[in-house]
Amino acid sequence: MLTTDRVAGAVLALLALVVVWESRKLPLGSLSNPGPAYMPVVLATLLLACGVALVIVGGRAGRLAAVDWSEWRHAVAILAVCAFAAGALERLGYRATITLALAFMLGVVEKRGVVFTVLFALALALGSFLLFDTLLRVVLPRGPLGL
Amino acid sequence: MVETLQNLALGFSIALTPGVLFYAFAGCVVGTLVGVLPGIGPLAGISLLLPATFGLDATRAIVMLAGIYYGAMYGGSTTSILMRIPGEAASVMTCIDGYAMARKGRAGAALAIAAVGSYVAGTVSVVALMVLAPPLASFALRFGPPEYFALLVLGLLVLAYMSGGSMLKALAMAALGLLGGMIGIDQMSGYFRFAYGVVELGDGIGVVPVAVGLFGLAEILATAGLATPPSVIKPKLRELLPSRREWSASAWPIGRGTVLGFLIGIIPGSAHIIASFVSYAVERRLSAHPEEFGRGAVAGVAGPESANNSATSGAFVPMLALGVPSGPIPAVMLAAMMVHGVSPGPLLIKQQPELFWGFIASMYVGNVVLLVLNLPLVGVFVNLLRVPYPVLYPSIVVFCILGVYAVNGSVVDVWIMLVMGALGYVLRKLDFETAPIVLGVILAPMIEMALRQSLAMSDGHYGILVTRPIAGALLAVGAVLVLLGLRPLVTRSLDWRAKLALAGTKEERL
Repeated sequence: MLTTDRVAGAVLALLALVVVWESRKLPLGSLSNPGPAYMPVVLATLLLACGVALVIVGGRAGRLAAVDWSEWRHAVAILAVCAFAAGALERLGYRATITLALAFMLGVVEKRGVVFTVLFALALALGSFLLFDTLLRVVLPRGPLGL
Repeated sequence: MVETLQNLALGFSIALTPGVLFYAFAGCVVGTLVGVLPGIGPLAGISLLLPATFGLDATRAIVMLAGIYYGAMYGGSTTSILMRIPGEAASVMTCIDGYAMARKGRAGAALAIAAVGSYVAGTVSVVALMVLAPPLASFALRFGPPEYFALLVLGLLVLAYMSGGSMLKALAMAALGLLGGMIGIDQMSGYFRFAYGVVELGDGIGVVPVAVGLFGLAEILATAGLATPPSVIKPKLRELLPSRREWSASAWPIGRGTVLGFLIGIIPGSAHIIASFVSYAVERRLSAHPEEFGRGAVAGVAGPESANNSATSGAFVPMLALGVPSGPIPAVMLAAMMVHGVSPGPLLIKQQPELFWGFIASMYVGNVVLLVLNLPLVGVFVNLLRVPYPVLYPSIVVFCILGVYAVNGSVVDVWIMLVMGALGYVLRKLDFETAPIVLGVILAPMIEMALRQSLAMSDGHYGILVTRPIAGALLAVGAVLVLLGLRPLVTRSLDWRAKLALAGTKEERL
């Protein structure tokens, strides 16, 4: 039966194998004089063992099909906003990036009114910039024209 | 003892200066505001607010962070009692009877008992911290790399053993975290590991983006799409005073919770979570009316809340005295201290007494601030919960991005947070605990360095890890825990963690 533990165990075991494969580019060293690949290989072996054990004993866990993913659309939208912010922060600057990110989440994802969306997005973006950058002296990125 | 009192006087002379007092106060207020937000617990709270301390000197920054920690812990109980949403994992048990009291019209009394319990527990446990940390630090001066290696491994094993679910899953998560901690430049050889040309990964992946991703963003991902927002019960100010019967019913649970919480707090692991679960179980066992539990028992609020706060101070003992974080929250505190150039460990108390004792004294001050501040202002904090969630969560996402970016001024950290958020969301759905990942990330470089230094000391003989008495004893305890943790897999029986989880689920259903 496909259970949550079994699927997770299989993915973890696969990840462990990828780490072992990638570690071949680094010197392994010896048992008495470990190289940079030694610890990753030891830990990947531990992860592999845990993953395989989960596949074997994970039959009693909940069924994968029973997991509720109903909020996945919101989750994907929020992750997309974070990806946009990571890409735009140093290009557009903090204030423009955050205004656009908030406008998308409020206006498109949550379908709030245009006036509220624009005012709230501008207020939070400019207010948080004022608080952190100006008052608390945490340097935040400026975009074109110093915005 | 006289020396301790003199040192404490020095601490108070620092903590009561207007500048430091202001930051203790500000930390408590901001921490409570963050703790009240559903899903943003102390871990994500400290991580998010770390940049706000960058402009401060080390003492003020640490005092403010401690205030944020305390405030977030208290804020979590407010959300539990009024909304039945645990602001952080340790408040799960408070939800059960706290919310039941609120539904009976005793929300104010439940909040007052939680505040007084937290105050008593916080104050008493700081005394214990003050007495225990200096001798432990002196003892730790005998520690060499083999002892540190054994201690760090034991810390991870205890965390895995204490985790709510299966030990196997917790161990897998710890291994995953440790592997994450391998990313970056190898400190001994200078090789880049798993960085794939990203220069910013040279220093490894930071604990802040990992913590914010796994605990802050993942929570938002899981809750933003919920169709029905939870309702809030607003207490009236005149209801805040508990009755005489409620006071007497809470006195012993507060005392027991304080002692139990501190003792559990010293042990590595998700201390305050376990402390509140164990305290709830103990109170129900000792109660003359166990049938009241789940229906608004005062002891069900007083015990777990006290235990949870006492464990917070207990967790600072190994962090300050040994420089070893005993759980994800002390790990973030440790990282925060390092950002400010402070290295906790055996030498901290000797080399920077003003910082250590100023920190201890500010914990007393923080407890008083929380008591004085939170009860009268509970209405203000509750209003924050009235902001519709579809408006609140985009704001939290913005603060996640801001907090993570500001630590190193690097967008790579925002990408790490994004990946960790997605990972945390999926792991949550699959019923995996993510706390061991955070601890693994911060402990990995320390464990590796301690192991390789130990081998250098012994010409490559692993025997050094078991022949030195302290290291051998610590590893033996770790081995026993692994065997105990894996026993249910062989015998197919329920261990104490499964029984506690089952008891919690039953109470929640009531």
